[in-house]
Amino acid sequence: MADQLPLHPGLFSWPSKRPELLGSRCLECGEHAFPSQDSCRACGSEQTEIVGLGHSGTLWTWTVQSFMPKSPYLTDETPETFRPYGVGYVELPCGLKVESRLRENSPDSLAIGLDMELEIIPVRCNDEGTQLMTFQFCAAEVS
Amino acid sequence: MTEVAIVGLGIHPFGRSPELTGLEQGAVAARAALADAGTDFKAMQFAFGGSQDGGNADSLVNLLGLTGLQFTNIWNGCATGGSSLNAAYSAIRSGQYDMGLVVGFDKHARGAFNPQPRDWGLDDWYGETGLMLTTQYFAMKIQRYMHDHGISRDTLVRVAEKAFRNGSITPTAWRQTALSWEEIEHAPMVSEPLNKYMFCSPAEGGCALVLCRADMAQQFTSRPVLLKSAVVRSRHYGSFEVFSPSQAPTVAPSPTVTASQAAFEFAGIGPEDVDVAQLQDTEVGAEIMHMAENGFCAHGDQEHWLREGVTEINGRLPVNTDGGCLANGEPVGASGLRQVYEICHQLRGSAGARQVPNNPKVGYTHVYGAPGISGVNILAV
Ligand SMILES: [Zn+2]
Repeated sequence: MADQLPLHPGLFSWPSKRPELLGSRCLECGEHAFPSQDSCRACGSEQTEIVGLGHSGTLWTWTVQSFMPKSPYLTDETPETFRPYGVGYVELPCGLKVESRLRENSPDSLAIGLDMELEIIPVRCNDEGTQLMTFQFCAAEVS
Repeated sequence: MTEVAIVGLGIHPFGRSPELTGLEQGAVAARAALADAGTDFKAMQFAFGGSQDGGNADSLVNLLGLTGLQFTNIWNGCATGGSSLNAAYSAIRSGQYDMGLVVGFDKHARGAFNPQPRDWGLDDWYGETGLMLTTQYFAMKIQRYMHDHGISRDTLVRVAEKAFRNGSITPTAWRQTALSWEEIEHAPMVSEPLNKYMFCSPAEGGCALVLCRADMAQQFTSRPVLLKSAVVRSRHYGSFEVFSPSQAPTVAPSPTVTASQAAFEFAGIGPEDVDVAQLQDTEVGAEIMHMAENGFCAHGDQEHWLREGVTEINGRLPVNTDGGCLANGEPVGASGLRQVYEICHQLRGSAGARQVPNNPKVGYTHVYGAPGISGVNILAV
């Protein structure tokens, strides 16, 4: 039994030191999509391929989720342990903007144009005790 | 081709009405509209109606009379009222019918709407990880817009201030208490930069309109309002819409832009001809963005328009004179028709304490909502 599994298959490459989002690219018109799609929402073609969308990008817009959402939100948190989280769209090298949770959760630490990188985080444990994982972005370490 | 006139206006007050079902609130509005036109349900040849959570609109015949008329239920998200009006417009313009009723009502549970990923073609992870909230989308859209077009936080507060001030002089509004700039600015934050007083809430209410051929209108009212255009449009690839796990590299114009341009073209007029407008304001950012998307000002001009009071009741282009969704709440099935109801009163000169003083001849209504749909009506006397 694995200790950790993706919450949903096919969203990101993992385990990996440098995880990457996975999406699709249209073989007809070249448009990208996340999550991957069998058909293209730009041109309607049914010819698409799975591609890596990269590990990093820049923050295009953001907000902070300040209260614990009700269903369908499903984590191990309680109203007492809930911590606000950032939400944003991160612009990837291919130009696609992907919606994501953000590690940073205060207006002081978020700004449009910030360099961001992908990390994989636990969401909750299932009945077998396996940790279910999802993706989020966080401010990139200055290199 | 014959023109279309609105000759009867009816509303059930918006807000909370625990003693009435949604359907009953729809019936109250329908009876009021029929009485306003001096006619009755038996004279209606057709009806178009819609509700999200209030039940099947055509069940209204059990309350209004089983007359055998064509009653079609319309459900089109936030554009339900606009779509019903468009159907009535087409039915009369085509010559199929002379006269009919449009009605919308709703009764939502308290608190934010609770959408499920599957209903939107999304997988469960999207909701489970906390991305399925419309409040986040609205916040992120205005956040980017403020960055791109130099809109300040002060302008957000001013839109809410105007909404509650107008609501305070609207007898059928839900929120009838004016709020100060400071009260609004210091309300609890919901989703940065939008706080509690900057969002509208789900609510209850009903609204109805009686429409007929314009050449018959004088039989029913001395003050008919002409429906010059009734347009509904959906989104294009690349428009920034709610519940989108990803967005295209190039941002396309929203469906509001295409609906607005088509409506002006049908009516043969332009934004400069409009005297009073209702623009969808599910939150303050929406009203700001919709001022530009509907062609009334350039992106960024909202900053000085709000400061100079251009959109106040006594301004050059009064916007949301009844307090809009912010003060009325949003019973989805009825909300778009409320906008038309308000504009008709303004054009008749019967809007009471909130009557705009510029002797308006042309009015405009606009809705926008999930999943990327927009409806625009142009009205004239
Ligand atoms: Zn394509």
